[in-house]
Amino acid sequence: MAVPLSYSWRNLWTRRLTTALTAGGMALVVFVFTATLMLAEGLHQTLVATGSPGNAIVLRKGSETEVQSGVTRDAASAVTTRPEIAVTADGRPLAARESVVLLALTKKSTGKVSNVVVRGVEQASLALRPIVRIMAGRLPRPGTFEIMVGENVAKGFVGAGLGQSLRFAKREWPVVGVFDAGNTGFSSEIWGDVEQLLPAFGRQGFSVVVAGLRDPSALPAFKAAIEADPRFQAEVWRETRYYEKQSDMMRKFLTVLGVALTAIFSLGAMIGAMITMYAAVASRVPEIGALRAMGFSRGGILLAFLLESLLLGGLGGLAGVGLAALLGFVTFSTINFQTFSELAFRFALTPKIVLLALAFSLTMGVVGGFLPAVRAARMPIVDALRQG
Amino acid sequence: METQPLIAIRNLSKSYRRGDQVIPVLVDISFDIAAGEFLALVGPSGSGKSTLLNCIAGIDTVDSGDIVIGGTDLATLSDSDLATWRSRHVGFVFQFYNLIPVLSAQENVELPLLLTGLSARQRREHAAAALAAVNLSERADHRPAQLSGGQQQRVAIARAIVTDPTIIVADEPTGDLDRQSADDVLALLDRLNDKLNKTIIMVTHDQRAAAAARVIRHLDKGELHVAFSAHPEKRL
Amino acid sequence: MLLFRLILKNAFRHRLRALLTILGVAVALLAFGLLRTVLDAWNSGVAASSANRLVTRNAISMTQSLPYAYRMRIRQVTGVETVAAGSWFGGIYIDEKHFFANLAIEAEDFFTLYPEIVTSPEEARAFVQDRKGALVGVRLAERFHWKPGDTITLRGTIYPGQWPMTIRAVYRAARPGIDESTLYLHWSYLDETLKKTMPHRAGQVGFFMIGIADPSQAAAVSKAIDALFVNSQAETLTETEKAFQLGFVAMSSAILLAVEAVSYVVILIILAVAANTMAMAARERSGEFAVLKTLGFRGGTLSLMLLGESMILSMAGALLGVASLAPATALVARTLSQYFPIFAVSRETMLLGLGFGVLVGVLAAIVPAWRVRTVGIASAFRRIG
Repeated sequence: MAVPLSYSWRNLWTRRLTTALTAGGMALVVFVFTATLMLAEGLHQTLVATGSPGNAIVLRKGSETEVQSGVTRDAASAVTTRPEIAVTADGRPLAARESVVLLALTKKSTGKVSNVVVRGVEQASLALRPIVRIMAGRLPRPGTFEIMVGENVAKGFVGAGLGQSLRFAKREWPVVGVFDAGNTGFSSEIWGDVEQLLPAFGRQGFSVVVAGLRDPSALPAFKAAIEADPRFQAEVWRETRYYEKQSDMMRKFLTVLGVALTAIFSLGAMIGAMITMYAAVASRVPEIGALRAMGFSRGGILLAFLLESLLLGGLGGLAGVGLAALLGFVTFSTINFQTFSELAFRFALTPKIVLLALAFSLTMGVVGGFLPAVRAARMPIVDALRQG
Repeated sequence: METQPLIAIRNLSKSYRRGDQVIPVLVDISFDIAAGEFLALVGPSGSGKSTLLNCIAGIDTVDSGDIVIGGTDLATLSDSDLATWRSRHVGFVFQFYNLIPVLSAQENVELPLLLTGLSARQRREHAAAALAAVNLSERADHRPAQLSGGQQQRVAIARAIVTDPTIIVADEPTGDLDRQSADDVLALLDRLNDKLNKTIIMVTHDQRAAAAARVIRHLDKGELHVAFSAHPEKRL
Repeated sequence: MLLFRLILKNAFRHRLRALLTILGVAVALLAFGLLRTVLDAWNSGVAASSANRLVTRNAISMTQSLPYAYRMRIRQVTGVETVAAGSWFGGIYIDEKHFFANLAIEAEDFFTLYPEIVTSPEEARAFVQDRKGALVGVRLAERFHWKPGDTITLRGTIYPGQWPMTIRAVYRAARPGIDESTLYLHWSYLDETLKKTMPHRAGQVGFFMIGIADPSQAAAVSKAIDALFVNSQAETLTETEKAFQLGFVAMSSAILLAVEAVSYVVILIILAVAANTMAMAARERSGEFAVLKTLGFRGGTLSLMLLGESMILSMAGALLGVASLAPATALVARTLSQYFPIFAVSRETMLLGLGFGVLVGVLAAIVPAWRVRTVGIASAFRRIG
């Protein structure tokens, strides 16, 4: 016993201003909801892509970030002798001992400082991260104070462009290259020779050891051996998993904040939908009477009005998602709470987020329109007709 | 020839409660309506004629008494059964037309057919035929706002007959129309009754409208009074 | 007077719709207020800064350490009254979910530097005398049901190992806006332990807190301190506490900007709801307005009446929203205290909320009010049919 869809749709079209305002309110809520999820997803995608499944990272036990970690020279050398590690063409283990220090640089956008990762690397580091590729200038020469900067650093920080030089630890470090590391955390880093950077920062030991495994499945064996060894006091992670974890805190923060706040002002949008639908019902009382008299059931009337508010929600949802999709062109650059270092990432829209946003929007429509639809359905026929 | 009446009403009573006051609207009404009859219910305002119509049409309930239409006792039907019954057996014509403003004339006429099992093509054909019967085929795509009062009422009548219902009920069908349109509508109803043998029950306080009917029953203060035959020469 | 009563009656002519509009405005303004309070909370460190304090850290970044030996030389700079070394300890209590800030500091000068941190003289003494003692904020103590004498253990992250300590003192803030959720332990406890377990890391501090006599000398003293260590292994950067805190805030500027933007989006949502209601109200009553015009009321008067209705609804919503802001913030402060140690609604936020209530009331009525002014009597009658 269904009233046609065109009835619901055309009624929305006839009262265009009201439809626009109501759907507009819902669109704004959906926009914020979608944008927040896109941000959390973009952060996650960037960090998940950082690192490869074939690499393992060795840190000091209990350290939460590379910056906190420390691996002595002896320990580092011992780690690189493990059989699970792949061997390069010239017979050396595919492993790099790296140092990670945070450097305060001035951000172009705020004029204030933020912490940038300075990674001391070895030859093997490049082989371990094939996604890192020079896009301007050249690689720094080992044994010199030359450095190369990730694309986001060159763009976002003062004095870090190609041909410029950064001054820290009492000397100048010329920027000889800018590298592209795709949409990964490395694009927000500065790389230089580890043997020059260690003394500059007053470090004796390295921060981490990154090893390329013969096969990704060798990780459990590698991990067990290193973690059991009393010399090391180390813990081992698959590189991808390690970086993914570093998005946990912020992702949770963004998601919770975004969803909680969106929930509150979705109430406002739902109330808007309720007002609109109550008015719609009130203005069509004689029609409703006629439809009931003709034989359309209460359920049919209920569905017709619910459909109308669902369409409102759908309109709002599409508009909101459409607007949010435009954010895909924006790069977001902030400090990652967990690592205390600067990270640039995009707003990432996935099909899952689109579906969630639309479902949210449709729900707003249904919840907002439910009570008015019930009122329409419960109207006694005689009273409705009397209002003609 | 004494045939079974289409509609048999026995001892119908209904009253409204207002606070602790009980106001009787219909008082012990009994009469028959034959198939193919064109009945006008007349009486002063507040006489209960609209209420009686609503009860016969299945959109209002009675306190006591029976209404049996085509062998079906309306009291035995549940709310949703009544809806189904109405969709099959009753066509409505209202004083203020009550067309759906966002649908075209054709779509308005098709509306009751959605409750049947007809295909989309069949629905369109039936609706077109009904519109033709009321001489409004050329206005099929117009919205109600684009039609005059008389034309809207004729669309409403087309809607009322499109499912070929057992009875047509009309509540003040000419109440909102000018003289000419009113005459057109009444002539149309007359034709439906005379040529197509439709049973029509009309409530009106307009003498001219009542005169178009074959049988007139008078209600006053909820009680049925004398029945007149308006056109004795057309008596069934 | 009659006109005002008419406006009031008209505003509530559709009681359900009026109530829903008020509620919609209230809820959205509540969200607005909460968002602004989140922004304030982020800036609470800045607000709590003292003009008499400077922070010296390693010029490379906050995560690099400075030699403890610098302390004596800093103390001798003109204008410096007090110096206290400190390090961010970053210990975990039970697990990550039980997060709170914990710092290792030099206790002796700590209370001089922070007069806003208040505890009883006995407790202060007990804390200073026990190297393994801990000074905790009253909020923190309430959260974990700690009292002086309790022993707790922190798991080190930056400084690995288990670190047992005894609660010796509970502090409260001398004035609102000061964090009461931090744990302070002795830097000497940290350093003595490192000397035994990781000697190469001993003798290092994360920062120096410096108390100066004359706030107007802040820039000069900062320069003087930094000049001491130019061309040393660890160059320093000294700034006022406020600049230091602002630096923290600036690191999250992108997020803060986004939060601020969202708070304005919320206002737009409110506007959509209110404007919708007013448009409906005006449309329904267009016939009435025509009648009033025939009676001799001028278009301008009718506009003002519509404006009055809109203001009544939006201000009622604004008042309700702002009134519910205080209990809402208190609820958030209690339940999310680990993320927001300071979470209190400011007077500014409340005034801003009310201000937006007025603005929304005006904007929502602008178009309908304009229309009613200019619409001709005859066209209004045409609408009714």
